[in-house]
Amino acid sequence: MMTLNLALRNLLRNRRRSLATLLAMAIGSVSILLFGGYSTNINYSMLTAYVQNGGHLQIQHRDFYLYGSGNPTSYGIADYTKILTAIQNDDVLRGMVLVATPTLQFGGIAGNYAASVSRTIIGKGFIAEDINRMRRWNDFNLRSGYPVSALEGSAPDAAIVGTGVARVLQLCDALKIARCPKPEKDQQSDGAPLPDDIAQLSLQETPASAGVAAASPRRIEVLAGNARGTPNVTSLEVIRAEDQGFKELDEIYVMMHLAWAQQLIYGKSPPKVTSITLQLRHSDQIPEALVRLAPILAAFSASQPLAVLDFRALNPFYVQTVQLFDTIFGFIFALIGAIVLFTVSNTMNTAVVERTVEIGTLRAMGLRRAGIRRLFVTEGALLGLSGAVLGVVLALLFSAVVNQLGLTWSPPGGVEPLPLTLRVWGETSMILGTTLGLICIAVLSAWWPAYRAAQLDVVDALRHV
Amino acid sequence: MTTEQTAKKTVNHRTVAVLMQVERTYRLDSISVPVIKGIDMLVRRACFTVLLGPSGSGKTTLLNMIGCIDKPDKGEIIVANTKVGELTDDALSDFRAQNIGFIFQNFNLLPVLSAYENVEYPLLLAGVSAKKRGDRVPKLLDAVGLGDKARYFPGQLSGGQRQRVAIARALARKPKLVIADEPTANLDSETGAAILALMRQMVDRYEVSFIFSSHDPDVIKAADDTIFLKDGAIHGIRRQGQEVNP
Repeated sequence: MMTLNLALRNLLRNRRRSLATLLAMAIGSVSILLFGGYSTNINYSMLTAYVQNGGHLQIQHRDFYLYGSGNPTSYGIADYTKILTAIQNDDVLRGMVLVATPTLQFGGIAGNYAASVSRTIIGKGFIAEDINRMRRWNDFNLRSGYPVSALEGSAPDAAIVGTGVARVLQLCDALKIARCPKPEKDQQSDGAPLPDDIAQLSLQETPASAGVAAASPRRIEVLAGNARGTPNVTSLEVIRAEDQGFKELDEIYVMMHLAWAQQLIYGKSPPKVTSITLQLRHSDQIPEALVRLAPILAAFSASQPLAVLDFRALNPFYVQTVQLFDTIFGFIFALIGAIVLFTVSNTMNTAVVERTVEIGTLRAMGLRRAGIRRLFVTEGALLGLSGAVLGVVLALLFSAVVNQLGLTWSPPGGVEPLPLTLRVWGETSMILGTTLGLICIAVLSAWWPAYRAAQLDVVDALRHV
Repeated sequence: MTTEQTAKKTVNHRTVAVLMQVERTYRLDSISVPVIKGIDMLVRRACFTVLLGPSGSGKTTLLNMIGCIDKPDKGEIIVANTKVGELTDDALSDFRAQNIGFIFQNFNLLPVLSAYENVEYPLLLAGVSAKKRGDRVPKLLDAVGLGDKARYFPGQLSGGQRQRVAIARALARKPKLVIADEPTANLDSETGAAILALMRQMVDRYEVSFIFSSHDPDVIKAADDTIFLKDGAIHGIRRQGQEVNP
């Protein structure tokens, strides 16, 4: 208590110098916390986007992840409804799993024959109600989120395409898409009708109820290889174009009802899916969910090897981005830590020189060397604590102001700007880590001057002018 | 007679410090400067002892060694029945805190502490309870005439008042010996005389030994014992007005 009191008063003794050191530390702390808040928000935004879209876990054929993109339908999961039932009946999983839903993914070609354009696509069939439930997941209370899928409650042959797909297939006018410029040399459609063979095939696969829409300007045909390897075509009514978040996805995705996609790929054969998506209440439940899933999958793996992949394995870009930001954060912390180290060290060295006679007096009065060391280290720790706490307060205030300004930023590869959020408030571990880190650095910086002060010869110190 | 035998003979209830064949040499680069040359002396209990001598005679060095903040190169020093040369650095610190008080020419008060806190500090160092501190500090401040200035900081006090605080601080732990290096040198003659009278009063009141260096004739007049130093050796000792053999 005596040491703390004396250390505090010594710091207040040279207010200007202490304040300069304090401000240097506070600015360092603010920089670390604001960047940390920014990168945390990116981390949470990406995690939320991936979980909203693809869940926390996906049950797939063991080889689907590595080889499925070539021919997704070859890696279909049979009896997927039984697996879903088994998951829903598990006492523990029932409490953890918010959504368990099947998905069918396939490769194909989408064409707008009226405009004489086509492009390769990835088709995705899902249960729209489940997907919309997944899109409501927001464990981090983010301000942004995916819009509700328009596929819910739509006609069986309805489809949603990425805005890039709509642009290439020249559906912008029909879908009333803003910011969709036409190419300079807009190829005039010859208005030629669908070739007879393709039209015949499409009619066979399209239920009679949907046939009335054949002349719609939003109609597209999708060609895909079925499970037996032969081509099949279906006609879809595009009801909306949606941003997929990334340009690459935006220009390739065509989404439809699961039943429609299964009809296209499997026809009258027993339908399969390429993955079962599981969304959990919280991301930290993944390890426990994996343990519970293991025996369930083992029971269904006799005829088809199954594997469970978490969202990190499915989205290596997320992991790489988080690692990149962690590395930058570490680099910034190290730089600011070095600045703090030298600033505090300089302050303490000056204090030792200025107070040499005082050190001699204290030693003469019977204060041990350790007492002198403790005094200066305590001063360093107090500087560190005050600077870090001031930094936290300033960072919280600054981040609150920035978050209220409604600024946006465009992530790499993204098509829509996102709200710029500095996530400092509530990030207890980051705040505590930064505070403790800066205190440790301040103590470390004070240690050498403190050691030098303690080693001073009493007589020499008393003689110091 | 060996040093050990001399020590046994000279250390008794009437002495607070004994020096035997003490030598001290300073080294400045490659040059050795002998400052104290084989001094034998004793400091009597509850006495006012003055070290007198010209500049460079070794007064301060001798005081530093008696005060246990410097060590002799040769010889032995016994303070309060303890051979201080055998103590470790920490033990020596504790010994100083327990047995020796210091009064400096420049007062050396801690500027961030009030008069009260400066006097209290040695008691805090020793872990004295708050109640005992609360009893002792006001009494000491009253004894040096600063009872009403307890909350003043050194910067708010005059030179004489600061030295009074320093005296109170030196006496806080009830030491056996107080070392004072030219305590009146930075004070005007009137204040110096008052401080001298106060120290004399403290010797009588607390039965503590004061040893200090001075050039001040008033100090010499007030001393019980005077030790004359020249070139690092004792050239004469006067005890209560009587010349004795060095």
